Amino acid sequence: MESTKVLDAKGLACPMPVVKAKKEMDQLQSGDILEVHTTDSGAAADIPAWAKTGGHELVQQDKEGEVLKFWMKKG
Amino acid sequence: MIEKMSAKQVAQKVIAKENLFILDVRNEDAYEDWKIEGPSIESMNKPYFEMLDGVEEVVGDIPAEQDVLVACAKEGSSMFVAEQLAEALDRTVYYLEGGMKTWSEHLEPVHVGDLEGGGSVYQFVRLGKGCLTYMIKSGNEAAIIDPLRMVNHYEDFAEELNVEVLHLIDTHLHADHISGGRRLAEKHGGTYHLPPKDAGEVQFHYEPLEDGKVITFGADQVKIRAFYSPGHTIGSTSLIVNETYLFTGDILFIDSIGRPDLAGLAEDWVGDLRETLYDRYKQLDQNLMVLPAHFAKMKELDEKGRVFATLGELYQENHGLQIEDEGEFRRVVTENLPPQPNSYQEIRETNMGKREPNEEEETEMEIGPNRCAVS
Repeated sequence: MESTKVLDAKGLACPMPVVKAKKEMDQLQSGDILEVHTTDSGAAADIPAWAKTGGHELVQQDKEGEVLKFWMKKG
Repeated sequence: MIEKMSAKQVAQKVIAKENLFILDVRNEDAYEDWKIEGPSIESMNKPYFEMLDGVEEVVGDIPAEQDVLVACAKEGSSMFVAEQLAEALDRTVYYLEGGMKTWSEHLEPVHVGDLEGGGSVYQFVRLGKGCLTYMIKSGNEAAIIDPLRMVNHYEDFAEELNVEVLHLIDTHLHADHISGGRRLAEKHGGTYHLPPKDAGEVQFHYEPLEDGKVITFGADQVKIRAFYSPGHTIGSTSLIVNETYLFTGDILFIDSIGRPDLAGLAEDWVGDLRETLYDRYKQLDQNLMVLPAHFAKMKELDEKGRVFATLGELYQENHGLQIEDEGEFRRVVTENLPPQPNSYQEIRETNMGKREPNEEEETEMEIGPNRCAVS
């Protein structure tokens, strides 16, 4: 998937992956895709829930080894 | 400013019924599934990721006169929110040290009573999950009944009592939590006892806990007698200590009864459950003090945090013991079952020695509420 921006949040613990994702998302335009990489298992549930409350669409998610990846389209 | 509050401090507030307001900042699903509860606990949920721009939305909901504790899964997000809240309210706000993970794993030891002729019984209350486990002291030796995987709590307490733990006894093969029996036995050279009928697939050495077997230990010669009482599992075995205390495992609780469906089909074992509850236990001394492996509601805890009742009292009051009609009983225990505990198959396999999960996986497997009873 073509991402507008990739956020590497690997190794960061809650709440930082979501805090940083929000900061990045605020810089983007509606329709842009933000890709987030995290290794925090708590984020696996929180990133989709945050996207939903923020009005963004979770387009895809994936797991590569320890790394969880999320693609969200800005609403 | 913010200050940490430990799981032990929260446990003591719950038991002493001291007021505490909890702002739980986990996501809604996690909060709905499971949270800190107690008669003096008030809580609300607002996920931290809805407060990234500030806490204005919740400030009005925080009571002025109560201590406020912010809780999250591990700790980080609760500190993040607590800092903002402390600034907005201009007062001290607490955060839960180690988060709900630590709360889930906290065991609070309470003294149940002393045995005639010497020896004592201690109950370890896992408030976060409703598990009850026990240490029985005899001279400078001890036995643990249904030990959990958080073995450091038992080790610390054994050191405090200055006892050596020689016997680790599981009343059945557990499906709701990972047993600490084998690891404690291996680490300290004790003996792990398990009912043989539950141990068909077990991959390691254990001492068969057969009906009628008596384990005598310590200077006070405390006697633990095995009493076969199937129904939750086919091997479920109760323990009678000095003919005074009856440890019922997951067969009989204070206000409910065990469920027969976690290791097979409910239909297969409901007859055993019926016979144990309505016949085998009835033939025992009704003054026996029942100590179960779970509690369901905080009101079951007395003012010291203990959970117990006599067998006679339970025959008067326990809802699961008032169903005269066998067909009705069958229906209640096979049709009204709550969802099965999270990962119960994986937990059973771990307890059989077929899986070796790491600590994070173990925590993950046990997360969520206790669901061992028929409600």
